[in-house]
Amino acid sequence: MSKLSLIQSTAIPLPIENVDTDQIIPARFLKATTRDGFGKNLFRDWRYENDDEQQPKKDFVLNSGRYSGQILLAGKNFGCGSSREHAAWAIKDFGFHVVVSSFFADIFRNNALNNFLLPVTVSPSFLDMLMSAVEQDPKTLINVNLPAQTITLVATGASESFDINPYKKECLINGYDDIDYLLSIRDKIEAYEKETGI
Amino acid sequence: MGKTLFEKIWEKHLVTTIEGGPSVLYIDKHLIHEVTSPQAFKGLSKRGLHVFRPQQVVATADHNVPTIDQHLPIREELSRKQVDALKENCADFGIELYGLGHPFQGIVHVIGPELGITQPGMTMVCGDSHTSTHGAFGTIAFGIGTSEVEMVLATQCLLQTKPKLMRINVEGNLNKGVLSKDIILHIISLISASGATGYFVEYAGSAIRSLSMEARMTICNMSIEMGARGGLIAPDEITFQYMKGRRFAPSGDAWNEKLVYWKTLQSDTDAVFDHELHIRAEDIEPMVTYGTNPGMGTGISQHIPTLDAIEEKERPNFTKALQYMGLSAGAPIRGQKVDYVFIGSCTNSRIEDLRLVADFVKGKKKADEVEVWVVPGSKQVEAQAREEGIDKIFEEAGFQLRGPGCSACLGMNEDKIPAGKYCISTSNRNFEGRQGPNARTLLASPLTAAVAAITGKVEDVRDYINL
Repeated sequence: MSKLSLIQSTAIPLPIENVDTDQIIPARFLKATTRDGFGKNLFRDWRYENDDEQQPKKDFVLNSGRYSGQILLAGKNFGCGSSREHAAWAIKDFGFHVVVSSFFADIFRNNALNNFLLPVTVSPSFLDMLMSAVEQDPKTLINVNLPAQTITLVATGASESFDINPYKKECLINGYDDIDYLLSIRDKIEAYEKETGI
Repeated sequence: MGKTLFEKIWEKHLVTTIEGGPSVLYIDKHLIHEVTSPQAFKGLSKRGLHVFRPQQVVATADHNVPTIDQHLPIREELSRKQVDALKENCADFGIELYGLGHPFQGIVHVIGPELGITQPGMTMVCGDSHTSTHGAFGTIAFGIGTSEVEMVLATQCLLQTKPKLMRINVEGNLNKGVLSKDIILHIISLISASGATGYFVEYAGSAIRSLSMEARMTICNMSIEMGARGGLIAPDEITFQYMKGRRFAPSGDAWNEKLVYWKTLQSDTDAVFDHELHIRAEDIEPMVTYGTNPGMGTGISQHIPTLDAIEEKERPNFTKALQYMGLSAGAPIRGQKVDYVFIGSCTNSRIEDLRLVADFVKGKKKADEVEVWVVPGSKQVEAQAREEGIDKIFEEAGFQLRGPGCSACLGMNEDKIPAGKYCISTSNRNFEGRQGPNARTLLASPLTAAVAAITGKVEDVRDYINL
């Protein structure tokens, strides 16, 4: 299982709001029965003309060649819509470890955390500042420190702290997942069933 | 201080709470389908685990199934493999499957209620965001991702943080021609596609109480479209009447015992919500969306907003959406021509929806240039429609009545709307490409869709029905 702790990287800016999971990965690419390989269809219909990999849309940020990195910067309400975890798999498979937005849709946030993809919620003004910095200079480095719960623009030292549930933080740092925990309390679950007559 | 309906159910299902962390919530019923479950079963096998409580899991095939020739093997290879994987997994892990060809097969959120699987006071999950539908019965029901599907299969529990609670009160009498779909589109247009993120919503008020169960399901179904994890409505006589005699509903003494409990499932009068909203039913008119998220909707007599009416920061997204839709700021939505009509999805594919459409189109013919697909929510809905002669009405009108499934709601099977075409749809999402690459979706009620099927245009239903 992977672990997350410190990430320092350049970033890719996607200043669009309400990016829904149908944009992240359209339903017609959900037919696989494994978790692998979804990255090649990430943002499929924004990336290619006529659904054709030979016709990349030059002006889309993943195709422009200007930006690269392990951090995705996105507008508010990122990941809304369908509960498809394939969206988190596609982002992770493409090579991102962190998504930064001013807020995330609930189901996407859980899916991301369950896949060691860190959703970092920052204030709208801090997000604007990061977007501008990266758009001006694609080499801009951003530092995400999970143990300290901070995100920092390396060049200027401008920093903001972010919230994360302490349990989830421990899971990410140590590579634990929820199933390990739930299996460890199976006796409690069985006791609950007995007590409530389920 | 009193408790909310949500809190009463939530507290009853807490197994334990991690200090400073989430709670362990016990799940009564788990619905699964072919698209979001295969990786979860693989995960179980990898860990050498069984399904913990297979009798609390029910499966069906809906997202990825064809809606014509359902008796034949699925032609598309990847779709067939995915549906076959569900069959194998259900057989291997001992789970009841209502697969293709089974008389109970259908959209997961249609079959749960119609079979009496969905009951008040339960916790229910499914790897699908529209699981909120089941909240219409006074159920905590919400969509989950595949890792969470695996957790529930393995332990019948989930780690959850208690959401904030919002109550939306809709009081008064609904105008003629206004359906529950219009109520929820109206609410979302008021508070935006993210206005309830972080909340669980309770719908209350006299206008909600007056609705049938199927109409209530339409409202709860779209809770997720304003970002809410789920929505619920306190059960009442209408709920109990709907449930009585359904296949998996309790009967005899068990029914009476349950009924006593179900009647306690209401928010106390002194319960406190984190946020409360009041809406007058009289203010709601038939709604239609013009943009690329369900919050971008308007009353049929209104115009698409002008650019100055939009907050400056929102303008790039607004402009991008209108560009995609090929519509103009400030233009009326009424009169917009449509190419396709889709009547279906977990939002509006139940027998009442089909009856409403049939009542309106009886003796009429569809507009020549329009293609109309009616996709029932389940085999049972389809059978009922045939029994009532609704199939004949559709046939005479030139509509195609297909087999049950999610179909053109998400364009996962071959039922896709071609690029650039306009589809008036009774489904729940008008996202870019949702119904097919570059397809343009206008969300509306079944009645507004029926009028569009006949006239070929977005029109005000109130001009076409007897008031």
